Amino acid sequence: MTNPACERWHLLLQADHDGELTASEATDLMVHLAGCAACRAERDGLAALSEGLRALPRHAAPAALRAALTRQAAMPPAAAPPRPRRAWAGGALGLALAACIAAVMLLPRAPDPDAAAIASHIRALQPGHLTDVLSSDQHTVKPWFNGRLDYAPPVRDFASAGYPLLGGRLDYLAGRDVAALVYGRDRHIIDLFVWPSDQSGSAEHVASGYNTVAWNGGGMRFVAVSDLNMAELRGFAALWGDAGR
Amino acid sequence: MADTDDASRFARIALPHLDAAFSLARWLVRDAALAEDVVQEAMLRGLTYIRSYREENPKAWVLRIVRTTAFDHMAQQRRVAEVPLDHAAELPDPQRSPEAAFADAEGRTALARAVAALPDELRECIVLRELEDMSYRDIARIAGVPLGTVMSRLWRARQMLRGAALERQP
Repeated sequence: MTNPACERWHLLLQADHDGELTASEATDLMVHLAGCAACRAERDGLAALSEGLRALPRHAAPAALRAALTRQAAMPPAAAPPRPRRAWAGGALGLALAACIAAVMLLPRAPDPDAAAIASHIRALQPGHLTDVLSSDQHTVKPWFNGRLDYAPPVRDFASAGYPLLGGRLDYLAGRDVAALVYGRDRHIIDLFVWPSDQSGSAEHVASGYNTVAWNGGGMRFVAVSDLNMAELRGFAALWGDAGR
Repeated sequence: MADTDDASRFARIALPHLDAAFSLARWLVRDAALAEDVVQEAMLRGLTYIRSYREENPKAWVLRIVRTTAFDHMAQQRRVAEVPLDHAAELPDPQRSPEAAFADAEGRTALARAVAALPDELRECIVLRELEDMSYRDIARIAGVPLGTVMSRLWRARQMLRGAALERQP
């Protein structure tokens, strides 16, 4: 047990450890530490604890939350005056988030879910944002969306065709919450956004180095986004056709 | 009413600290889904407070709103039993090696559990200091207590965590 006489040093020890000590206090403490083994042990204990605490896993904000808040910030509840057509250059935000915000901000004027899909895809590629539910089992991924969406997106695994299901997440697109299914193809990632829509017609799209293939089926709109080449992305879309969309 | 300028200013200030906001909420309310609700609500509150934002440290400002929102939720819920304060009596014996206690994965899991078991007002201080790297002054502002209280709470939190670790290591 520590020496009761040393108690008055404890908060100084701690302040020193936290980098909050003034120079004169630090000098006094140094003199005391030189002659007090108990306080030196106390200091080492604080250091060991800090090291342990700083190694604890961080809880990064879920992708869906980030998406929702980005949208909230870009579209306040008030009737908004004309928006400036620019993305801000907040250094810490990073290019991907800026691109995403820009896309979301532009949505009300020029609804282009495909462009927004690319922005969502880029944002999701940032560490820790890709999947909310991580599973290659469609029977795990599909129920995960229950209660998170007001519709049931079709979920299929195409691992046997070389497009394994990796997981899913909630995203925000075309003015609503949508299901994003995540597939792998070699080292590429495919995001497939699915939401109910009576829109018809297929489309292909190349922008910012990303390929987009969109189609309709079963009352749903499908938008696949990836840096995968167009031919293989078409192959992925065709699998959904074969699966009876 | 918030307009677009407010919203973009708020986004510029708050979004870079979203991970810190979620992490703090997660440690305070100890539940991922609830933490999401807290952050959502905190961000809405923040948007309405943005015109009064004057502080030099945006992260501290964001965390203060998250902290207040989280404590409001916790006051409503009161569903998690707290560890009684007299646990603090179990002070560590510095003669035993504390360095080894947190070195392995098992030690870190136990440490995370010990943090979660701290009383709310101690947990918030230690999380803000050690995980979010906030200064004493910022913690005092976020928690709304004097500087001396921050120091004594941090000390108690640390003693309890070290005590819990040494309990595990006979």
